[in-house]
Amino acid sequence: MTESRSALDTVAVASTDPEREQPWADLGLKEDEYARIREILGRRPTSSELAMYSVMWSEHCSYKSSKVHLRQFGELKQETPRGPMLAGIGENAGVLDIGQGYAVSFKVESHNHPSYVEPYQGAATGIGGIVRDIIAMGARPVAVMDPLRFGPLDADDTHRVLPGIVAGVGGYGNCLGLPNIGGEAVFDETYIGNPLVNALAVGVLRHEDLHLANATGEGNLVVLYGARTGGDGIGGVSVLASETFDADGPAKRPAVQVGDPFMEKLLIECTLELYAAHVVAGIQDLGGAGLSCATSELASAGDGGMHVHLDKVPLRDSTLSPEEILMSESQERMMAVVEPKNIDAFLAICAKWDVEAAVIGEVTETGRLIIDWHGQTVVDVPPGTVAHEGPVYNRPFARPDWQDALQADGAEKLERPTTGAELRETVIKLAASPNLCDKSWITDQYDRYVRGNTVLSQPEDSGMIRIDDETNLGVSVSTDCNGRFAKLDPFAGAQLALVESYRNVATGGAQPLAVSDCLNFGSPEDPAVMWQFAQACTGLKEGCQELGTPVTGGNVSLYNQTGEVAILPTPVVAVLGVIDDVTKRTPSSFQAEGQAVYLLGETREELSGSEWAHVVHQHLGGLPPKVDFAAEKALAAFLFEGVGLLASAHDLSDGGLSQALVESSLKNSIGATVTLEGDAFLGLFAESTARVLVTVAADKTAELEALAAKHGVPAAALGTTGGDSLIVGGSFEGGQFELPIAEVRAAWSATLPTAMA
Amino acid sequence: MKIGVVTFPGTLDDVDASRAVTIGGNEAVALWHGDHDLKGVDAVVLPGGFSFGDYLRCGAISRFSPVMTEVIEAAHKGMPVLGICNGFQILTEAHLLPGALIRNDHRKFVCRDQKLRIENNATAWTSAYAKDQEITVVLKNGEGSYVADVETLDMLEGEGRVVARYLDVNPNGSLRDIAGITNERGNVVGLMPHPEHAVEELCGPGTEGLGFFTSLAASVFA
Repeated sequence: MTESRSALDTVAVASTDPEREQPWADLGLKEDEYARIREILGRRPTSSELAMYSVMWSEHCSYKSSKVHLRQFGELKQETPRGPMLAGIGENAGVLDIGQGYAVSFKVESHNHPSYVEPYQGAATGIGGIVRDIIAMGARPVAVMDPLRFGPLDADDTHRVLPGIVAGVGGYGNCLGLPNIGGEAVFDETYIGNPLVNALAVGVLRHEDLHLANATGEGNLVVLYGARTGGDGIGGVSVLASETFDADGPAKRPAVQVGDPFMEKLLIECTLELYAAHVVAGIQDLGGAGLSCATSELASAGDGGMHVHLDKVPLRDSTLSPEEILMSESQERMMAVVEPKNIDAFLAICAKWDVEAAVIGEVTETGRLIIDWHGQTVVDVPPGTVAHEGPVYNRPFARPDWQDALQADGAEKLERPTTGAELRETVIKLAASPNLCDKSWITDQYDRYVRGNTVLSQPEDSGMIRIDDETNLGVSVSTDCNGRFAKLDPFAGAQLALVESYRNVATGGAQPLAVSDCLNFGSPEDPAVMWQFAQACTGLKEGCQELGTPVTGGNVSLYNQTGEVAILPTPVVAVLGVIDDVTKRTPSSFQAEGQAVYLLGETREELSGSEWAHVVHQHLGGLPPKVDFAAEKALAAFLFEGVGLLASAHDLSDGGLSQALVESSLKNSIGATVTLEGDAFLGLFAESTARVLVTVAADKTAELEALAAKHGVPAAALGTTGGDSLIVGGSFEGGQFELPIAEVRAAWSATLPTAMA
Repeated sequence: MKIGVVTFPGTLDDVDASRAVTIGGNEAVALWHGDHDLKGVDAVVLPGGFSFGDYLRCGAISRFSPVMTEVIEAAHKGMPVLGICNGFQILTEAHLLPGALIRNDHRKFVCRDQKLRIENNATAWTSAYAKDQEITVVLKNGEGSYVADVETLDMLEGEGRVVARYLDVNPNGSLRDIAGITNERGNVVGLMPHPEHAVEELCGPGTEGLGFFTSLAASVFA
């Protein structure tokens, strides 16, 4: 102790020893960034200050490459179809009014690089982090979802990471008692060595319980509670999130955090009880950048000053230095601002839940964040310069020279199946392909029932949760992104992710309200990647404007590449909707025999980027399907008004009508006999947007057609449900093919278990 | 009737169990693990979850929670006690039921709609069912494989103390497909699957789990 204290780099030392060499480059700072820190402080930073700036100015925390493009989301009207947003971008998570005095908070975030390094813990702490964001808003977390991307199903890397990632998502989420109600598992070559683990959480609160992250009220106490601070995850944000993996670089395992879901469960219940007792004046979770982030963000959002005694932080490892304590990303920690008169009540509630809590500082009006270590000042900075005034880069971006050639290489010219037998075989081949097959090998490792409010969950189009047992108010969430479309045209690709997610929420009978996004891209230092990113942001923003769904927050994950190969641009879009009566929701599968089957929307010759081109021809080229916001809005309005009339509704997306028919049949083992007008191949496999497969009772067809006409939605009668086969007729050789549900189920359900055996 | 639902640190299905108790026509009373107080309830449910994080062994720490002193004493006097999933684990750790629950044979957590056969409908918690009635409820566990020595298994079978057995699929490697057992008196029941997740058409696979929460009233009137 004496030894380390004598070597302590204090503010006083920094003034007397101004030219000391500092490891700014090793901490991921650029030369001009280090110079800027010196300029802000008027001296060299202490080693503790350098640690704070380095993590807070990292790509992960500062959004320095993405900020200039993300700003446009702030231009969207901060209002959903149900009223003004209660909190938006910049808070821990967005908060929306859903009526009846309820509000919902939701957010999607990435934990990609940690999950590559240590799949189980990386994925587990991804769930943990997003859940704490939701708690910090004052909400009770009620559900999670996990959009995942892996390399090909037969790749060694996939076999290394997938079981651990799935077990980690389940291990943490199950132990928190949060139903996992949906997500994605998509396989593509570009994710080899760079899997994507995005995690979404939804929380519910009463309007009056909204909490914001700020430290106000001079003399109020700063309390750190939850797990003790250890040596895990030190430098995680700068080392892990902001550097491209080097194939033969050193193992980065020490920078991954280790999760304790039991502690997080206690933290949830403890924090909700603290809110209920009205003893929290301000609150912030500790995630990336740990105490550096929490202290600087809380202080800069409040009265501007905070005095912290770092030696009061409960430690798991007593040898940690102040720099390490400031950078540690130990999980399951929260920081609260508490009025002195409430501190005893606060600590008593923590004690009830066996949650350790320590008063580590107080709010001041000095405008400075001052951090002491055993009485000596090691940090004295304007907190806003750490939290918000990081560097902003206008990185060069340029449409890659290969884009034109890629777009010219359309899938429409590829050889197509023509006979009934070939079409039949193609339907099965797609259903059994990794992206479209049964995902229950994954989703059965997640608890989808806990809390008893799960109305819809995977493999439904969207996840739906009941919020109120009495009124049956509920919310619905979907996450989507087709990275192949985004590669062909990132602007359209982001919009296609948006409209698919929007449509999935609408098919269940909910009204889409708002968006959270997780933008996963390659290296921002590559102008081609930056162009993809810029295009996707603008596309998403303009799409949100068209649909009237604001972006409430989200996350950017860059440097997703191994060597020169960037991942497919993957702007995952989550849409949240509200449904006033969950008992009226529309399920996605056929419900009864003898019901009329209709296809809504227009089918065009759109095959580029499709699952058919990918599975059958391993082809990616051309232009993605056209986005038609007017058609999407009309369809959503139809679906919303059709609640109660529609027996089922299933979105058409990956795999087109072929896969929608298969999925609609599988759940209840109810087949259908349908006849396709025109080109049956296109009818089955084109991936035109704004389409939904619906069924209605046989005596309700006139009502359905009238409703479709009212909304200007094209409606084509395809046939009738029933039997134990899918029977598809049309003008192709043979005139008809029959596919027993048992046969397609066998193919569809065998893929993942066989690959993972 | 008043049915207590115990919350331990890390309990997850207490809200669900309370809802099921209410839908079953009884009054749910929240009990805290740290209190030596059963608040005058007529029966107790130990719900599912990961109490104390499943650390050490599932249920091994919870078994020593203060409230368990009263639960064990009341169980010995004949109070109906139902342990679901983690609750079942706690009951075996407390020696109110024989055997143990270990990691699933396939070593993964599993959540599925599971078919069961009710083999003993004479317990306090299963009297609403017909003997050999087949029901579908939710199953979800990581350590749900029921094991015991052969003598114990034979004794359970011989005395008709196997309450429910898995049908179609044995989801976790439980010996003799055992999903639930009871004590000699029939007042203490441990069940690995979750009937409380099958009490409403809206959320979960139907309502065939409701019988566990209506049986108490039925047995009183019987």
